[in-house]
Amino acid sequence: MKLNLKVWRQKNNKVKGAFKAYSVEASEDMSFLEMMDVLNEKLIADKEEPVAFEHDCREGICGSCNMVINGKPHGPQKGTTTCQLHMRHFKDGDDIVIEPFRAAAFPVIKDLVVDRSSFDSIIQAGGYISVNTGQAPDGNAIPIEKDLAGQAFDAATCIGCGACVAACPNGSAMLFTSAKISHLGLLPQGEVEHTKRVKNMVETMDKEGFGMCSNMGACEVECPKEISIENIARMNRSYIASVFGAAE
Amino acid sequence: MSLTGIFLITFLPVHLLGNLQLMASDGGELFNTYAYFMTNNPLIKFISYGLYFFIILHTVQGLMLAAKNRKAKGSKYMVNTYSNKSWSSNNMALLGILIFAFLCIHMGDFWFKMKFTNQLKTVSTYAGYEGIAIKDLYHRVSVAYDQLWIVIVYLVGLVALAFHLVHGFASAFQTLGLNHKKYTPIIKTLGLAYSILIPIGFAIIPIYMYFT
Ligand code: HEM
Ligand code: SF4
Ligand code: FES
Repeated sequence: MKLNLKVWRQKNNKVKGAFKAYSVEASEDMSFLEMMDVLNEKLIADKEEPVAFEHDCREGICGSCNMVINGKPHGPQKGTTTCQLHMRHFKDGDDIVIEPFRAAAFPVIKDLVVDRSSFDSIIQAGGYISVNTGQAPDGNAIPIEKDLAGQAFDAATCIGCGACVAACPNGSAMLFTSAKISHLGLLPQGEVEHTKRVKNMVETMDKEGFGMCSNMGACEVECPKEISIENIARMNRSYIASVFGAAE
Repeated sequence: MSLTGIFLITFLPVHLLGNLQLMASDGGELFNTYAYFMTNNPLIKFISYGLYFFIILHTVQGLMLAAKNRKAKGSKYMVNTYSNKSWSSNNMALLGILIFAFLCIHMGDFWFKMKFTNQLKTVSTYAGYEGIAIKDLYHRVSVAYDQLWIVIVYLVGLVALAFHLVHGFASAFQTLGLNHKKYTPIIKTLGLAYSILIPIGFAIIPIYMYFT
């Protein structure tokens, strides 16, 4: 299949970027990243600079294969990362526009690669959970309600990709932050520091220059792990409680 | 945002109920005595100062929020297909500015003239209020609503309010952290009903008064 790409090219954070048109011959069995590899091999053969894009696991768990494909972070397929998106979802002759994630807190490093260290600061602000060192504890020693375990697990599937920020017209990181807060705070192991954690993570999120959630709901539509905005409500609840000095 | 928004949401039905008295066919007696009560009762006075304060607070916070979020987004996508489902949620600040502009016209026309000028005629013959000069706000309102352009300005303001609330009503609950598998769909339905019915209720008054 032949594809007409328009790819964002930007040397670094200091210069302006622009779109460049390329055409690629790909097969429908390829993943989107493999199609990008084909493009890059062609560029290298032509002695041109290959397109910089991030990737690591290529199996939908690391959250690094970030790009906006035809206006959708991680492309048109719901609940799927770019690396798991296959070319069979496109047609021969399709036009595809590929852009980096855009948000003030995610500056472009090069082409499609953005700097997401603002996410690392949020994670660091979360601090620790109180787990005793020593032997691995017995699996059933701490009873946890099935519902809670399920909610915590759903939140824990967040791979920290940042598609929620890219999808949000406000550039807000509240889906990501709330997923991390839920997955730690819903379980007894992380409950102890919950209030302090919420406060610190939310404050760091604001400091890093992310926008504020206005409940549009674009993030949960684009999230490759289908994290729900119920988590944002939970975070808001905990944040309000932390402001009013709930016990730590 | 959410707390001031919810306060304004509770204010609207009360304001509507009061205003529906404009449609009583008694030459304005019911409405004018109600307006007299509302401008002179100390508790109502206190609440109305709170209301002015909250409208301004809500507006200022809303515009600051919109500015901050615009900055946080930074550059724009070439292909812009944000997956949020509603037009309203994307245009809250614009709708708010429209509502605020409407409020300025509205307050300038009735509230300001009633409180700070002597432009209004007075009536002092209402049963139970003999000898007290009550300002004939009813007359002022009916003169205003005889002009087509004012009726149209009101309808535009109310449409903006309806769209603002289509997103705002349910949004306020989510902001306060109230999201529940069972209750959130109910809140959304209630919010939709509220945002359609209340503006329609307000709209009936100028339309009715224009045609009678
Ligand atoms: C009677 C009039 C009004 C009512 C009942 C109302 C109600 C609401 C409600 C319930 C919210 C949602 C709050 C939240 O999600 O936390 C909201 C948000 C907002 N309102 Fe209003 N509002 C009114 C007037 C205004 C005015 C005059 C402005 C002026 C600019 C304004 C601007 C905004 C903005 C920018 C938001 C933020 C929207 C967002 O969350 O994305 N509103 N309003
Ligand atoms: S919430 Fe979803 S979109 Fe946001 S970082 Fe986590 S996995 Fe990515
Ligand atoms: S490369 Fe790891 S999630 Fe796509």
